[in-house]
Amino acid sequence: MYKDLISIKDLSTQDIDLIISTAISFKEVLQRDIKKVPTLRGKTAINLFFEPSTRTKTSFELAQKRLSTDVINFTVPTSSVVKGESLFDTIKTIEAYGVDFIIIRHQSSGVPYLVSRFANASIINAGDGINEHPTQALLDTFTIIERKGAVAGLNIAIVGDIFHSRVARSNIYCLTKLGANVRLIAPNTLLPKGIENENVHIYTNLDKGIKDADVIMTLRIQKERQSGGFLSTTEEYFRFWGLTRKKMASAKPDVIVMHPGPMNRGVEIASEVCDSLHSVIYDQVVNGLAVRMAVLYLLSSAKLNYTGSL
Amino acid sequence: MDIILKNGHIVDPSAGINTVGHIVVKDGKIKKIILASGIAEEETAKDMQIIDVAGLHVFPGLVDIHVHLREPGYEYKETIESGCKAGLKGGFTTLCCMPNTRPPNDNKTITEYIVQKGRSLRLCNVHPIGAITKKQDGKELSEVGIMKDSGCVAFSDDGRPVTNSLIMRRALEYAKVFDVPIISHAEDVYLSDDGVMNEGYVSTHLGLKGIPAEAEVIMIKRDIELAALTGGSLHIAHVSTAGGVSAIREAKSLGINVTAETTPHYFHITEDYVNGYNTSAKVNPPLRTQKDVQAIRQGLHDGSIDCIATDHAPHHRDDKECEFDRAAFGISGLETALALGLKLVEDGVLSLSTLIEKMTIAPSNILKLGKGTLREGADADIVVVDLNMEFTVDKEDLVSKGKNTPFHGWRLKGVSVLTIVDGDIKYNLKQVNQ
Repeated sequence: MYKDLISIKDLSTQDIDLIISTAISFKEVLQRDIKKVPTLRGKTAINLFFEPSTRTKTSFELAQKRLSTDVINFTVPTSSVVKGESLFDTIKTIEAYGVDFIIIRHQSSGVPYLVSRFANASIINAGDGINEHPTQALLDTFTIIERKGAVAGLNIAIVGDIFHSRVARSNIYCLTKLGANVRLIAPNTLLPKGIENENVHIYTNLDKGIKDADVIMTLRIQKERQSGGFLSTTEEYFRFWGLTRKKMASAKPDVIVMHPGPMNRGVEIASEVCDSLHSVIYDQVVNGLAVRMAVLYLLSSAKLNYTGSL
Repeated sequence: MDIILKNGHIVDPSAGINTVGHIVVKDGKIKKIILASGIAEEETAKDMQIIDVAGLHVFPGLVDIHVHLREPGYEYKETIESGCKAGLKGGFTTLCCMPNTRPPNDNKTITEYIVQKGRSLRLCNVHPIGAITKKQDGKELSEVGIMKDSGCVAFSDDGRPVTNSLIMRRALEYAKVFDVPIISHAEDVYLSDDGVMNEGYVSTHLGLKGIPAEAEVIMIKRDIELAALTGGSLHIAHVSTAGGVSAIREAKSLGINVTAETTPHYFHITEDYVNGYNTSAKVNPPLRTQKDVQAIRQGLHDGSIDCIATDHAPHHRDDKECEFDRAAFGISGLETALALGLKLVEDGVLSLSTLIEKMTIAPSNILKLGKGTLREGADADIVVVDLNMEFTVDKEDLVSKGKNTPFHGWRLKGVSVLTIVDGDIKYNLKQVNQ
């Protein structure tokens, strides 16, 4: 029985279903007056963030507190890591405290995987480099299922910086596994090589890509991509790939719009869209809490089978 | 003591020898080779050490024109001594070491230090390769002539390729005056853009930044054009791509003065070895695809690639046991190269004789070392190899300080049992001493 959540690729569809159904139960808990349950009382979690994060860390911390887990936050400024302690020494030091969960975010792809190979604690990947962000994909999937009933057969468009997005990669793995028609929409500069082998459809044109879409997932565009030659100006990006109400007309009338946050209004998404009834962005935040509670609970009770194929 | 190696199967491509015979070594030189089963008169002489190597193969000592010995400056990764000992174990008697030491070998003081250290150790023959430009920063030419006089046999900025085409042109023109080749680590660093493995499906799958094959191909093509323009002598280091092989093949057909090497990892393994964020498979140029492996093998077979080097790049475990994108590039290669080369013979890519040519006389000729031969009068650099002895590569068994090998656990065949440099036995696996 595996103890970690490193990659969506490791999960079977049954595992994903179990996480979502467990998250549904925990979401119910979150709607109570007293939101705290004693499920993981006596367990200890460390949130080890090598990269700045506000929302993911807050979400994990709150999920841990709702489950009565003891929580320690360990934020490592990148600068001290450069010449300081090695990553593995940091992990071993933390392990020596006898913690049950280590939640890791790291700027280098593969770090949660490497750590999981020697750590006894449950390792949860909270985002590694440009590789994966599995709990984000699970909360997005939960949100889609909540609104649409199921994922299979849906037209799901992911728009934006696929190249640098671990959110996109985890969602691609998760949603294709569940049978969605996944479309990726981006300028060619922001599409990683070989991604077409992931059973997705590639579009460079937004209007074509979102035609008849049930779900549109927009991704954050970082301004510093301009200097790398990935795009010209954010104004031009908005004109061609920014999601506006007008462009959304070709999608299904009941299309939902998602964003992992933080949003750049007027760059990848227009205010009129993110504030509309199509937007489920705040559902994503609540569901993130429920999904992370579910993952913590299932890992501590070793209920995931990990029959997914790599 | 003088030596007679009796009854070995001698393969010396430089002399066209591929038969059983005896080798008589006297005063550090090859005195003569007696073919067939004749008796050497010296056998009865006193003070001759007679070693029966029946059933074993005898080759000229292997020549590696691309190693990193890390000294001075990175002695925690490797020293000239530990690198030479690794070389001897691997059957190498001559090593040419790249200039990316600390400080870099861009002046005669460093060159002389390496040469003196090599001589005083009396292990392998050590020949330094000098930096093309001062500090390897691609701006001002080093003192090529003075460094050649001090012992440099070629010039290269190795891991920091000369990005400025004008400087590369001048380097090829200037080095021609002194009749020394320029070795190109062909990489367009703008196109590699801090990538850490081959660009493709596997890099996307692992979330790692990729280096496209074109980063190598473009630079090989540029340097070939500059070699054509200048008539300079150009050697392409560690070819890893199908496109690179094609470009070199075409250049040779046009009569351009270019030679090329590849290394065992490019003809045996692919980018798939990076799976699991395996830093021992992190190397530059990166491991490529099966298509490239096939093209490299074809290039070796048809002569587009002249020789096999190791690009022996030992690293301390601290530089490898870390995040993949922070880990050092490089593979420790001296102790596995011969057996990995012999696997090409088993796979039908090269004959034994051609393999040995590509690990002895061919690289020696490229850098004009006068090594890699058993001709009468040559320095007695010899390796005796048991082609049937099998072993499992265990990184902890490596003599090199660098345990960074992606071949850990491979079952291979072919072990050097006796390595002789200048007529002295420097490595003796079975303690043969009749």
